[in-house]
Amino acid sequence: MIDALFAMIIRDVRLAARIGGGAGVGLVFFLILVTIIPFAVGPDMALLSRIGPAILWVAALLATLLGLDRLFQADEEDGSLDLIRMAPLPLPLIVLAKVVAHWLVTGLPLALAAPFLGLLLALEPDALLAVTVTLLVGTPALTFIGAAGAALTAGLRRGGLILSVLVLPLMIPVLIFGISATSAALGGTVPFHVPFLILVGLGLFAAVTGTIAAALAIHFAEG
Amino acid sequence: MRLIVEGVACVRSGRTLFEDLTFAVDAGEALAVTGPNGVGKSSLLRLVAGLLPKAAGAVHLQGGDRDLSLAEQAHYLGHRDALKPALTPFELLDFWKRLFGGEGLAPEVALARVGLAHARLLPSAYLSAGQRRRLAIARLLVAQRPLWLLDEPTSALDADSEAMFAHLVDEHLAAGGLVLVATHQPLGFPARDFRMGALA
Repeated sequence: MIDALFAMIIRDVRLAARIGGGAGVGLVFFLILVTIIPFAVGPDMALLSRIGPAILWVAALLATLLGLDRLFQADEEDGSLDLIRMAPLPLPLIVLAKVVAHWLVTGLPLALAAPFLGLLLALEPDALLAVTVTLLVGTPALTFIGAAGAALTAGLRRGGLILSVLVLPLMIPVLIFGISATSAALGGTVPFHVPFLILVGLGLFAAVTGTIAAALAIHFAEG
Repeated sequence: MRLIVEGVACVRSGRTLFEDLTFAVDAGEALAVTGPNGVGKSSLLRLVAGLLPKAAGAVHLQGGDRDLSLAEQAHYLGHRDALKPALTPFELLDFWKRLFGGEGLAPEVALARVGLAHARLLPSAYLSAGQRRRLAIARLLVAQRPLWLLDEPTSALDADSEAMFAHLVDEHLAAGGLVLVATHQPLGFPARDFRMGALA
């Protein structure tokens, strides 16, 4: 069973890395957003470094949304999803493997790129660290929440739009606690671990509910 | 082993496609589901595979593995080939083999059986329609499952490939397998006919 799950992860990572897989799309979008915002805001270093963490978080959230629609849709379109459903594994575990693979190629690169892009926003070293750590914890939560929406819209032709509308409100708490943990790390009355642990909790909650919701959506999809 | 389909009905978008359908398939037997377009042949296969909900009735595999669901003991070969253009035939088959688990041919051997050994490491995007179909057929060989659900399996196949496929089905039947096939074309293997009539 473990072997089957690894096979699923390896396949999805491989597909994303090959031509047309779109692994780099979210990362490039993230890069674009973060580099153009300073041009719009103007050369005010103090302002940039103050709103920098928020820019990184919002950009990461939008970049996460970008690739989500293909999470199940690609397999739905070519019939792979039918066969995956016939595998001798519980559907939630298969969904979990797919989401993990998706995060490895879309979410993890964002968190890893964040400290370098933070330099462009004149972030202090501890702000860079805080943003990176919160994104490392927060992007899986965003991906799991998005997975439920992706499963619901897998059968729709232009599902990306409705997917964003569906999942964005659910992602707001993650954004709020991601940002508040980052601000707490930079000073203030609340210690860092309070919002951070809530963020971790949101991530774990999303991992369970997102996986099960996505599996149910796939199970009941009439195809 | 015996596949028993008892009084099943299929309702799609509020329309009853078929109802009270009853038949059985024995081990070593192929049942060819025929009938006009739109009568529900593909839906029947998907329903047996557990991919569509049953509005009524029951489907079970008598003498099958009690720990596995029917879907886990069946192969479904549908209209869509479930190929990924970016992956090579070997990578695809290796994935299905590991996902499905259990006994079965090694990916290289299965590819050789369908005459694709030479294309093993070529991205599947370069395969022709017939070759894609053969690759989909090779999937049936990498994991041993007793029930094969085949939806128009020979579309896009040339005469030689059809003979190759008929041979694979013969082998499967000889080993005690069951085959349920929806088709319009004459099959190269013996099959009992089951005609789905047009609905009034």
